Amino acid sequence: MMKTKIFRPEKRAVLIQGDQAVVEGALAAGVEFFAGYPITPASEIAEGFARELPKIGGKFLQMEDEIAGMAAVVGASLAGKKAITATSGPGFALKQENLGFATMVEAPVVVVNVQRVGPSTGLPTSPSQGDVMQARWGRNGDQEIIALAPASVTESYELTIKAVNLSEKFRQPVVLMLDEVIGHLREKIYLSTSDEIEIIDRKRPAADQDPDQYLPYQLTDDLIPPMADYGSGLKYHTSGLFHDQSGFPDGKNETAKLMQDRLHNKLHNNLDQIILYQKDIRKDDRVAVLSYGSAARTAISAVNTGRKDNLKAGWFKLQTIWPFAEKEVAELAAQVETIIVPELNQGQLIREVKRAAAGQAKVLGINSYAGELIKPEEIRALLEEVL
Amino acid sequence: MDFEKYLRMDKLPHIWCPGCGHGTILNSFIRAFAESDFDQDKTVVISGIGCSGRATGYLNFDTLHTTHGRAIAFATGVKMANPELNVIVMTGDGDGSAIGGNHLIHAARRNIDLTVILFNNQIYGMTGGQFSPMTPTGDLASTAPYGNIDQNFNLAELVAGAGGTFIARGATFDPRQLKKLYLAALKHKGFSFVESLSQCPVSYGRQNKAGDAVEMLKKQEEDTINFKKWQQLSTEEKKLKYPLGILKELDNPESEYTVRYQKIIEQVNNEGAL
Ligand SMILES: Cc1ncc(C[n+]2csc(CCOP(=O)(O)OP(=O)(O)O)c2C)c(N)n1
Ligand code: SF4
Repeated sequence: MMKTKIFRPEKRAVLIQGDQAVVEGALAAGVEFFAGYPITPASEIAEGFARELPKIGGKFLQMEDEIAGMAAVVGASLAGKKAITATSGPGFALKQENLGFATMVEAPVVVVNVQRVGPSTGLPTSPSQGDVMQARWGRNGDQEIIALAPASVTESYELTIKAVNLSEKFRQPVVLMLDEVIGHLREKIYLSTSDEIEIIDRKRPAADQDPDQYLPYQLTDDLIPPMADYGSGLKYHTSGLFHDQSGFPDGKNETAKLMQDRLHNKLHNNLDQIILYQKDIRKDDRVAVLSYGSAARTAISAVNTGRKDNLKAGWFKLQTIWPFAEKEVAELAAQVETIIVPELNQGQLIREVKRAAAGQAKVLGINSYAGELIKPEEIRALLEEVL
Repeated sequence: MDFEKYLRMDKLPHIWCPGCGHGTILNSFIRAFAESDFDQDKTVVISGIGCSGRATGYLNFDTLHTTHGRAIAFATGVKMANPELNVIVMTGDGDGSAIGGNHLIHAARRNIDLTVILFNNQIYGMTGGQFSPMTPTGDLASTAPYGNIDQNFNLAELVAGAGGTFIARGATFDPRQLKKLYLAALKHKGFSFVESLSQCPVSYGRQNKAGDAVEMLKKQEEDTINFKKWQQLSTEEKKLKYPLGILKELDNPESEYTVRYQKIIEQVNNEGAL
């Protein structure tokens, strides 16, 4: 066997697309495995991994469909590798069943969805944020998901690293939601050296773990069971049926309840580590523009030009869209009179904003859902109207 | 020989109905594994959903009970991620040839080193007797109450045509042959596929008045013939019998998928060194 090389990029400036930044971020975070199926506007991610992974002894697989791509990354994760797949809306729909399986068996994996306009084949080369709810509710059953949404090429790089880290830390699939604009946008970014990056590896059982005593789904204080690689001698069972600490299904309602609650709480007890956002809200701002992904670019630029004309407006950019930043948005609603939510869909995350605002602030949407970006002037016009 | 170490004794008795052929397959597999030189700790057994899919729960290995039809796709990920692992797939005829048929042919095409044991009871057992792609035309099923008009696959030929390098067929009436076939399949470096005829006296047998397990096994024996003898038959006679034994064996470890990928890794790194 060849020894795997460790990925150590020198600190360097590069001019790359968001899709390529995902590849760079994943490699920096220790990803060694990709499996997927080509689709616009995410194919550049597959192509990047096909080129780069063999260089570090990693593996690239072009599978027969997205279902298989999702299955293969979960398999690779269980075999001990950091694994990632990438797709767009139609392929994301195909991945859902096995994404639910990953949640159930607590396999750390990252799923990238470079969104395009749907439903169906839709507009393959136009941007959209139409899969926000698909990410949250696309699978059968209640379950949490972590979803991050980069708004630039730099953020595509940084949030990919974050996504890998969160997946490893919480044994939880993480979805990275780009859109066509971010995926194809070229920007100059800095790639860090590996010692500048915090890299998190999943917690594994101790080397001297007694196989007879190993509980693959042990109820630990942090609610995250140590995970053994297949082949490490601990011989455990993994199943998409609700299972007890030993990993075996017992068909009992109490077992299902315990597991449902643990899966929920392992994230909800740690929201401070998961919910990422940036904001610029001044004390006397009366309106906040709350956005994520490519819509945030327009939002921030509209607010910044508005401020030059003394508009009392601020911006709030979510980097984590799921779990939803309920507490933070409630606080924001208590602080301002109006929250404007521009989205490239018919109004998806705004439902959560309204729920969190609970009547404390007026919540207004600006929506573009046929493949065009929202213009800063549209946001400006609404800002002037409400101020 | 100590067979118990390959079973999770505390998970027995199994859930299969009395007379079900799936237990015979499991038994033959364990006997084959015990004779192989495979390391139990370096072996992963992966199944889909169905009565057959439950087999992994009783086996004392790293075991993965996946979603319906996807076992081979998960297995492909496991094997590629760590080619040192022996990866075995246990799947049903519905699981492996209907919902999972695409993964089956593509894994065969890649010639990735998986050992696939397909439990063919010609029916969807777990969900109560709907027809599968392996239910013979004319048979009854809960979703074919007037007789099945679908044609069934010749799975062994399908997988051979797709590029699998070891193809065999065995049947539960002859567990000794099944064991031999599994052992040969385990040893084969490349994609190996053993179609294992099994009997389902409950979901298939009752609707088709096939009798109990003993009668079903007798019928199995009548419907099958040794591959070498089958080859001597006329074209017309061939259609009436399923050949049993090793149907195809191409020994070319260099053509195995993880071996070929490893060559790419070496090639890329040598170019880098120049
Ligand atoms: C996506 C999905 N579709 C359908 C089912 C329902 N289902 C469970 S097992 C099964 C058929 C199993 O038949 P087979 O693979 O022949 O195995 P057997 O039970 O006969 O051993 C079906 C349709 C499911 N679990 N998941
Ligand atoms: S339903 Fe059929 S296949 Fe399933 S356990 Fe019973 S006999 Fe076996």
